[in-house]
Amino acid sequence: MPVEILMPALSPTMEEGKLSKWLKKEGDKVTSGDVLAEIETDKATMEVEAVDEGTLGKILVPEGTDNVKVNAVIAVLLGEGESADAASAPKAANAEAPAEEAPKQEAVAEKPAASVPAAPKTEVAADPDIPEGTEMVSTTVREALRDAMAEEMRRDPNVFIMGEEVAEYQGAYKITQGLLDEFGPRRVVDTPITEHGFAGVGVGAAMTGLRPIVEFMTFNFAMQAIDQIINSAAKTLYMSGGQMGAPMVFRGPSGAAARVAAQHSQCYAAWYSHIPGLKVVMPYSAADAKGLLKAAIRDPNPVIFLENEILYGHSFDVPKLDDFVLPIGKARIHKKGKDVTLVSFGIGMNYTVKAEAELAKMGIDAEIIDLRTIRPMDIPTVIESVKKTGRCVTIEEGYPQSSVGTEIATRVMQQAFDYLDAPILTIAGKDVPMPYAANLEKLALPNVQEIIDAVKAVTYTA
Amino acid sequence: MATRAKKSPARSAQTSAIKAPKPIQFTKEQELEAYRHMLLIRRFEEKAGQLYGMGFIGGFCHLYIGQEAVVTGMQMSLKEGDQVITGYRDHGHMLACGMSPRGVMAELTGRRGGLSKGKGGSMHMFSKEKHFYGGHGIVGAQVSLGTGLAFANRYRDNGNVSLAYFGDGAANQGQVYESFNMASLWKLPVIYIIENNRYAMGTSVLRASAETDFSKRGISFNIPGIQVDGMDVRAVNAAGEEAAAWARSGKGPMILEMQTYRYRGHSMSDPAKYRSKDEVQKMRSDHDPIEQVKHRLIENGWSTEDDLKKIDKDVRDIVADAADFAQSDPEPDPSELYTDILL
Repeated sequence: MPVEILMPALSPTMEEGKLSKWLKKEGDKVTSGDVLAEIETDKATMEVEAVDEGTLGKILVPEGTDNVKVNAVIAVLLGEGESADAASAPKAANAEAPAEEAPKQEAVAEKPAASVPAAPKTEVAADPDIPEGTEMVSTTVREALRDAMAEEMRRDPNVFIMGEEVAEYQGAYKITQGLLDEFGPRRVVDTPITEHGFAGVGVGAAMTGLRPIVEFMTFNFAMQAIDQIINSAAKTLYMSGGQMGAPMVFRGPSGAAARVAAQHSQCYAAWYSHIPGLKVVMPYSAADAKGLLKAAIRDPNPVIFLENEILYGHSFDVPKLDDFVLPIGKARIHKKGKDVTLVSFGIGMNYTVKAEAELAKMGIDAEIIDLRTIRPMDIPTVIESVKKTGRCVTIEEGYPQSSVGTEIATRVMQQAFDYLDAPILTIAGKDVPMPYAANLEKLALPNVQEIIDAVKAVTYTA
Repeated sequence: MATRAKKSPARSAQTSAIKAPKPIQFTKEQELEAYRHMLLIRRFEEKAGQLYGMGFIGGFCHLYIGQEAVVTGMQMSLKEGDQVITGYRDHGHMLACGMSPRGVMAELTGRRGGLSKGKGGSMHMFSKEKHFYGGHGIVGAQVSLGTGLAFANRYRDNGNVSLAYFGDGAANQGQVYESFNMASLWKLPVIYIIENNRYAMGTSVLRASAETDFSKRGISFNIPGIQVDGMDVRAVNAAGEEAAAWARSGKGPMILEMQTYRYRGHSMSDPAKYRSKDEVQKMRSDHDPIEQVKHRLIENGWSTEDDLKKIDKDVRDIVADAADFAQSDPEPDPSELYTDILL
């Protein structure tokens, strides 16, 4: 059967072009790969190559024709023993004819757009009950993180940790202390200073089903690796149609430490919370650090686990249980109250807790919600609280624009507008790179007085 | 080759670039296998180009025409469980790994029967079953990931090697060298295959690379490298066998620079004005990987023109079937929008 040669589209946006030149004549033998013609698009001159073999039977669009629509028949190719006369009258013999027979339109473009399906809602389990009489042990966040990793490495031989100074040095911040002794160099892997590279190595290993914990000495250095985190780890499950993903944890300190200036003082909560395919956890207490890190290691998805250098040395009660795992995606009500909802997470909780104590002295009963997980965000818990208090203030150390707080404010405004008695105020770090000077650094960070002022404003108790 | 293998692992720069092993003569069966595989890739890609021209395939589409001997020869040197990972010019690699032409073509047209359910497209396909780890659209990312596959092989001590393919353009990315360093330091079983097709999109290697002998790119890391005639499937296979044996025996990575050529533009919308028609024509007429095999098959009296026409017809039928499927298979159900984001 004669083969129709169509005007090809040569870019994602091309709709028509000029057939500038035929390089084969009627009657010429053609093999696949031969250049038949040249066409001009708005961008460039391109060659039309033959796909099939045969004899060029009839040229239907002469050279020099402008505005030839994509998919118009421009020539007919004949097989062995076929003649040009045998070719049925071409359906779209000239350039003006619309390309209505083009399968593209039927197959793809003309369908009415389907309505966008609703995003699925997932239920997150509540925290496990801690049996009465459970011993509470005062533990630093540092020890809690180490214990979580050690327990999970004992439980699952596929779990390993890699990063700079995690093994022989025992961790730049001593989070991996003792792990090399217990698990050996196969599972506690010192890497060169090569964040982009070892993040990619970790993702590749995870794609085969291993469970890497990739430690960044700080998340500031993970900027070098952010392509692997987002483009490889977060998107592979989707791009592979569910065949493979990256079950792994990226962890390390994020946010300001003390006097380390702009390049080492940045909170990444909002950054990573933007990305579908990631979970983002940022604990405050040692118990949450332990229970959530264990959950993150077991989670089949890539989890960004944001720690804080200042919190590493803080002590909190941690329940002494064989296997204390907390749900990712569930906020924790740190303190119940009725007058205003304070939402914070990570180091932001430090300011919030102090502010709440001051507010109590003024007779303001604040509820504190520790988000714990930034993505998926437990907005229902926040909404429940706002329905009760009618007022909300968010507190974080990150930059103010597109912050976690602005996200909370948007969602509460959309979902609980009628319950609000005042605009939501968002306390964040100042919109400046972190300065070095002690006084300026202090000014750049949120402070307790700002929270108190914000609460006074939303409760109209100035 | 045997004498070099007896040496202790190279510690000095001078020994890092090693001579290509002589192309081994293929048996009749090997020639026929190579012929069929390469022809499938060629015909598949021609059809993909055609479907792109008809508007069935959208976005970016990078064809592998001209480079078929590289994946075909390498695949012939692998054993079950060895992994493959590559960049965005990936259709040939997937077919060589044994992934279904229907699945690949339907992914190109964005249909539900595509290997990624229509959600990945030309540059992002995977197959756990065939140990193919993508299909990556970020130039160079697959090199770190492929090193991670080798890390996993070492962790599991499973005797498998991983093949990380990348181009002469990707060879200038920083993470490639971060990966070289770790792979050599930890003696990971990975083969780095640099498909040097002379152009990174429109930039020739001469304009982009201070050192155009890519087999030497591992010298600082004590990784040996071989320059290979990537248009000769036998040469590719010989180098692949050597590199696989090297990596499998615990000696660490090896670099294979495949000197190859793409006949088409970088992508479908590339008019390829940066090179002469004569240059392309000369490669096609003098070095075509498929014609070389065809010539030997006939010269040796192993096949007649008719035998080969029969193979050609079989391959065309497979491709036509894939194309029909890819055009008739429905688009993904709208509910797929929100699946496979998190487990």
